[in-house]
Amino acid sequence: MATVELRFSALPEHVRTARLVAAAVARRAGVDEAVLDEVRLAVGEACTRAVGLHQHGGISAPVKVLLIEEEKQFSIEVGDEAPHAVPGGRAGDGSGDADVETEEDEMGLAVISGLVDDVEVSAGEHGGSIRMRWPTVPPATLLA
Amino acid sequence: MDLSLSTETMGDRTIVRVGGEIDVYTAPKLREQLVELVNDGSFHLVVDMEGVDFLDSTGLGVLVGGLKRVRAHEGSLRLVCNQERILKIFRITGLTKVFPIHTSVEEAVAATD
Repeated sequence: MATVELRFSALPEHVRTARLVAAAVARRAGVDEAVLDEVRLAVGEACTRAVGLHQHGGISAPVKVLLIEEEKQFSIEVGDEAPHAVPGGRAGDGSGDADVETEEDEMGLAVISGLVDDVEVSAGEHGGSIRMRWPTVPPATLLA
Repeated sequence: MDLSLSTETMGDRTIVRVGGEIDVYTAPKLREQLVELVNDGSFHLVVDMEGVDFLDSTGLGVLVGGLKRVRAHEGSLRLVCNQERILKIFRITGLTKVFPIHTSVEEAVAATD
């Protein structure tokens, strides 16, 4: 299993908790201090997107965050259970609100791809995920 | 940490001082504040972000929404920010080209296009 696994109800107030937990585990795993702000922001963006997808889709399942400590790298996977259609398809009804939501969703992905070099976005009928990876510094360096 | 908001008028400018974290949970409060100001006839806004610890894309969306609203009244929305970690988010999204970003409230208040 993941080093730390977090599941939370798809509510905006829990996104901050996910950010704090992710940053704490990343720090412990040896992610560079200078990059922790980016980890915090990226995981927040991914969780915000997942919360939005669950809320708009009326999905009661929790959002899942996997924090995985591996050799020389730290991964975060944020999973949603929203059935994904074609990107941008949600704005199809042309209503103003949907446009704003889509814009925000795209801006979230823009922030993630601008921040994180190693990122994979996958989407399918049964849900999607955003997987992000950061290098970690060896423990010897941490002790120095 | 929650979001704190306060407003102050300087001439024809309204300063909105924001503190704390602007994210998916708190951004609606900032949106309400900006909408209320525009509805009350304040079209030249200066958003002071010096007290902001965290800003995400939801917050950016609210600021862009505020800019759209004031522009509909030929107004302006200027930002005050010196924090590198916040400025970086504006840079990677290309929004430094959209918002005038100043180093102090005084500079923002004195600015004309």
